[in-house]
Amino acid sequence: MPDTNPAPVADGGPPALTRDDVARLAHLARIDLSDAELDHLAPQLAVILESVAEVSQVAADDIPPSSHALAMQNVFRADEVRSCLTPQEALAGAPQVDQQRFSVPRILGEEQ
Amino acid sequence: MTTTLGAYDDVLDRYAPVLGLETHVELGTATKLFCGCSTAFGAPPNTQVCPTCLGLPGSLPVTNEAAIEFTVKIGLALHCEIATWCRFARKNYFYPDMPKDYQVSQYDEPLCTDGYLDVVVGGEAFRVEIERVHLEEDTGKSLHVGGATGRIHGATHSLVDYNRAGIPLVEIVTRPVQGTGHKAAEVARAYVTELRDVLRDLGVSDVRMEQGSLRCDVNLSLMPAGATQLGTRTETKNVNSLRSVERAVRHEVERQGARLDAGERVVQETRHFHEDSGTTSPGRSKEEAQDYRYFPEPDLVPLAPARELVEGLRATLPEPPSVRRAAFAEVNGFTAIDLEQMVNAGVLDLVGETIAAGASPTKSKGWWLGYLVGRANELDVEVSELAITVAQVARISELEDSGELTNKLARQVADAVIAGEGDVDAVIESHGWKVAGEDELIVAVDAALAAQPDIAAKIRDGNQGAVGPIVGAVMKATGGAADATRARELILERAS
Repeated sequence: MPDTNPAPVADGGPPALTRDDVARLAHLARIDLSDAELDHLAPQLAVILESVAEVSQVAADDIPPSSHALAMQNVFRADEVRSCLTPQEALAGAPQVDQQRFSVPRILGEEQ
Repeated sequence: MTTTLGAYDDVLDRYAPVLGLETHVELGTATKLFCGCSTAFGAPPNTQVCPTCLGLPGSLPVTNEAAIEFTVKIGLALHCEIATWCRFARKNYFYPDMPKDYQVSQYDEPLCTDGYLDVVVGGEAFRVEIERVHLEEDTGKSLHVGGATGRIHGATHSLVDYNRAGIPLVEIVTRPVQGTGHKAAEVARAYVTELRDVLRDLGVSDVRMEQGSLRCDVNLSLMPAGATQLGTRTETKNVNSLRSVERAVRHEVERQGARLDAGERVVQETRHFHEDSGTTSPGRSKEEAQDYRYFPEPDLVPLAPARELVEGLRATLPEPPSVRRAAFAEVNGFTAIDLEQMVNAGVLDLVGETIAAGASPTKSKGWWLGYLVGRANELDVEVSELAITVAQVARISELEDSGELTNKLARQVADAVIAGEGDVDAVIESHGWKVAGEDELIVAVDAALAAQPDIAAKIRDGNQGAVGPIVGAVMKATGGAADATRARELILERAS
């Protein structure tokens, strides 16, 4: 079941993005930002969001919000088996392989 | 640390249980949800993977049409509304079971919503309301190495097989189920049983819990009887058999009841179920719930199932299991109570197959419900996993009907087959089990009457009720090989 998700952005105005928001997003994305980097990047991200939000000024009420660049829906593929990679190909980029599996460091969290 | 438990019925005298069930079903499509890799179970690790399901740069997903149709069929069979337009969403998290570092799922726009499934327990009907049915991709399988128990705790590293990553997985979520009272555990089990049968009849999944193609999370909370404010719930993850669903509910009722009685609070958390002990233990605390940052999946276009498609699929739905079962009961002369008992014990199909293998309906039902379910419980396995085939049960039943085995001997034969001693006839031969002959029976009857002269006198005086102890003595003397009906006749005859 879905857990928490950020509140949706209200129609019209750009969301206010604080330095704390950026710090939290960086943590969620596992990016280790220093205080100096946060000071530098947080205002930049706010500018990017404001620029993108200008789109909403030209979008009239009769234009529905879109999550995709193409006006398409129902693009499907038939349920037919295609050839896969060989295990050697699949594992070629793995830092470590054991028992034909990807060997990864100890998992600290819980299974999802 | 030991956990204090209340007695199940005692707890439910004072608290009202609220159930919630989240069931995951792997669809039986030939290929994965977003790529053409095979979904066949049991292949060597990492042989059913491609750039898309490995999340390699530049790969793009394309939705499997069959997976959408299967999900719509499930929604229709559960009386849901089918969305006219919806999207997949990215669920972002860092865990090596998904190589992309996100799982494609559905968030606030599921394919199916607002349905229900009816179950019957103890002659009482319960409507379980379905909140949503959505489609997502399954994760890879991790093997935790270096720990004592194969669990994450104590492991030094993990090995991941991505064959399962990307297999279409449908999640079916109920609304809170209230008003079950003492039947909470049975209702939970009956719901999953019924759901499994619906899914199997639809042909959308092989619904094999032991292989993980049907997995269940059990939510449970308690509130004081008469209260309206819901209590704090726990979510017990990956409960992987019908029996375990019932046991997990029982355990959580007893554990939470004891905490509340002691004035402690129930912690909102994820718990793990332990098959061996039937208990749960704490996992991740829900209070530090992750922020998955769901957003609409930009690599996939929206889904808009056409109404003609939906109605076309509705027309292909098989009759619901309840209708099929009623016909089965009618043909075989079973009552509604028989039917409910067989369904909820999970033996209806086994009984049907035993009848098809040549046994009478009464005997087939009697063997499974009256004996083999109990044996399975004693052996701590699912009844369907007992090491005896329907053909073997039918053969034992046939030998019982023909008088070649008494009921007692027949049960011994079944036990020997289950113990792996061999096939029915071989077991009978090796043990030399056969019904006592007339001569042997007469000797045993005479001996039993002589040993208890006062009872023999009562029988002579016409007290038929006194026959029982003598029959028992004859049975004991013959090692269960006496035909009880014939023994009774002989006792009446020889006593006078």
